[in-house]
Amino acid sequence: MQELIRVEQLTCCHGAVEALSEISFSVAAGDYLGIVGPNGSGKSTLVRALLGLMPAYQGQISLFGQSRDCFSGWERLGYLPQNLGPLNPAFPATVFEVVQLGLLAGKALPKRLCRHDRKQVQDMLELLGIDHLQRRMIGELSGGQQQRVMLARALVNNPELLIMDEPTAALDPEIRDRFYELVAQMNKDKGTTVLLVTHDTGTIGQYASRMLYLDKKVLFFGSFDEFCHSPEMSAFFGEHSQHLICHRH
Amino acid sequence: MTIFELFSYGFMQRALLAGTLIGVLCAVLGVFLVLRRLSLIGDGLAHITFGSVALALFAGLQGAAMLLVSLPVVLLASLGILKLAGKARLGGDAAIGIVSSVGVSLGVLLAVLGRGYGVDLFSYLFGSILAISQAELLVAGGLFVTVLALLWLYYNDLVALTFNEELAAVSGIKVRFLNGLLAALTALTVVLAMKLVGVMLISALLILPASAALQVARGFRMTVILSVLFSLVSVVGGIVVSFLLNLPSGATIILLAFVIFCGAYLFRQLQTVKNKS
Repeated sequence: MQELIRVEQLTCCHGAVEALSEISFSVAAGDYLGIVGPNGSGKSTLVRALLGLMPAYQGQISLFGQSRDCFSGWERLGYLPQNLGPLNPAFPATVFEVVQLGLLAGKALPKRLCRHDRKQVQDMLELLGIDHLQRRMIGELSGGQQQRVMLARALVNNPELLIMDEPTAALDPEIRDRFYELVAQMNKDKGTTVLLVTHDTGTIGQYASRMLYLDKKVLFFGSFDEFCHSPEMSAFFGEHSQHLICHRH
Repeated sequence: MTIFELFSYGFMQRALLAGTLIGVLCAVLGVFLVLRRLSLIGDGLAHITFGSVALALFAGLQGAAMLLVSLPVVLLASLGILKLAGKARLGGDAAIGIVSSVGVSLGVLLAVLGRGYGVDLFSYLFGSILAISQAELLVAGGLFVTVLALLWLYYNDLVALTFNEELAAVSGIKVRFLNGLLAALTALTVVLAMKLVGVMLISALLILPASAALQVARGFRMTVILSVLFSLVSVVGGIVVSFLLNLPSGATIILLAFVIFCGAYLFRQLQTVKNKS
């Protein structure tokens, strides 16, 4: 199985504070990896380091077999951030225009979009049930609607690897469940490799095939079965918490 | 005087043509600068332009030849602002403040040292588009084509960068290069706009049409189109009105742009009230 992500001895610092210490793991094509851990455990730092948004680090990161520093296959990758951060509420783009931006990766200048691209955007909006929002301005939408638009933007290019950082934080429970099901379906049907950072340890166990438990260091990396049968993890979490994660309750 | 007679004057034709070219550039760039909260970079670079004009006059240059000094100086300053903001642990506003105050200080110093060109310098402070020469118009045309071609080439990348810098980076867009390009294009446009509205009012021409378009547009493309439209109405209307009423052209253009902004703002408020009821 092709290795899409390989991280070796990764150490990242925020100023003088070490956010991640000697992290090593790999993700193969078709994996669904859940990255969990407490607040401040370095989950988002790891994602940012993988995506080149955190330039200073020690160790090795490779994406699709290429060193991250010279990685160029951005069209193979979709990214959904935790939230839109400092999005200007007056930003004048429609939902359709925002989703279109997901098709720019891999296009040659002047990166114009053709009829086929617009059809692709339309299909993705329909798949996520937000085609009725396509002419609405992004700043007019609720947090949950904006997050679905951003998911459409991340998925519209049919990426081989989908990286998501706490994507369900702004979603209500019903939409959150549909979101998880949709991602699981893409992983199963299209073979999309998924890397999902979440606090939602209770739900991720239903979908992810592997788990990386972080607390600045890797506390556990392996399959869910291994996690659920690990005496070390039982001792670390306590049986009750471990059972909640493993859905044995 | 009829409108037909007005447009038959060579100086008026040159002014309208140059104004149209500069108005289009300011309108398109202004949308990106306003949305990226970089409007003040135009103001900072305008102050540098003032210093560069003083330097050119000090060196004995006149007319289009002054651009030989202004263009490289303002281009370097635009890159200097980015470097200062990135390397010297400064915010963009502090970097703009430092570079622009150096520009004004340089201008004032050279104006005092080179007594005798106070009137010339004054015309660059407030613009004198009706006095634009054939050579200046040709340079403006060349720069217009260059800036517009680069904007066309990188338009979608600039939209993505303006929407979210991190998402743009993860789409493989060269964020640092594009930030530099945007600053350089702004520098070229500011130097051009100096003749139209003057150093003091350049940033208004970058900000007002884009801000008016943001009040009423539904979509990014429409914002750019409306910004261009509002800018052209302000520039052409301002030049004609200023000539007919013997008013300063730069100030008339900007006040007209402000009236359009007020109209767009009122329109939006009315729409909001209508939608609520």
